[in-house]
Amino acid sequence: MVAPNEVMALAAVLFSVGVAGVVLRRNLIVVLMSVELMLNAVNITFVALSRAFGTVEGQVFVFLSLTVAAAEVAIGLALVVAIYRSLGRSDVDDVSVLHG
Amino acid sequence: MAAETLLFYGLALGLVISALWMVMAKNVVRAVLAMVVNFALTGVLYLLLHAPFLFVVQITVYAGAIMVLFLFVVMIIGGREVSLEEPLVGQRVLGVGAVAILGGLLVWATSSANMLPMRPVARVPEDFGSPAVLGEALFRDFVLPFEVVGVLLLAAVIGAVVIGQYRGEVRGIGTGVDGGEDG
Repeated sequence: MVAPNEVMALAAVLFSVGVAGVVLRRNLIVVLMSVELMLNAVNITFVALSRAFGTVEGQVFVFLSLTVAAAEVAIGLALVVAIYRSLGRSDVDDVSVLHG
Repeated sequence: MAAETLLFYGLALGLVISALWMVMAKNVVRAVLAMVVNFALTGVLYLLLHAPFLFVVQITVYAGAIMVLFLFVVMIIGGREVSLEEPLVGQRVLGVGAVAILGGLLVWATSSANMLPMRPVARVPEDFGSPAVLGEALFRDFVLPFEVVGVLLLAAVIGAVVIGQYRGEVRGIGTGVDGGEDG
């Protein structure tokens, strides 16, 4: 079997890449995709530990978090489309209503 | 044994490369395609980790449904090149530095074998992670979360339809031109 620590280190790297995407990119779609990448990395950790300890609960958790991720993508992309319709752009900097 | 390890390292390489490609791509369509590669490879990793049901779910939900959703939105908005220039001075250097520190800490924390709360088991039952086993756990011990997630999905569908129908002007969104008398 693959050592769970190695899988978790891989997930940590993927999570960091996702954080980099959220921090550095300004396009809303790319930011959403980076959030998905982070969720995915956490799911990998769950599955790795589920395999390591021989318990199925981790996989159940991943199943539930996949559903939440799908809901999040649907809402997020609907918001992106709404913002694009009213502005003609969809960058992070364009949404500044709360900017004082 | 050796083949498993080799496959894992190949998958790890592919996952990291596709993730970096996704984050750094100028063209949004290319970023979506890199994301699909990443999710499909994640599915194969699930297979390697004895989670065949999650492999199928990952392919259908992530590499199927979510990919189509992203591509649709990119096509609606127009998949033009996006600028990679930084509006804040030094944002990129600081951001990469902070992320490197975070990633280093996470890798350091996860790669030590002592942090595991239990001893890993050498082998798992043959049907570990199969739809039957997962379904049994889902409908016996996790009925309430399952139902709550169903309600959440319903709410998300209704919300997406409502937000997607919106065609009016969003007052105040923008660079402060229509934002009222804010200082």
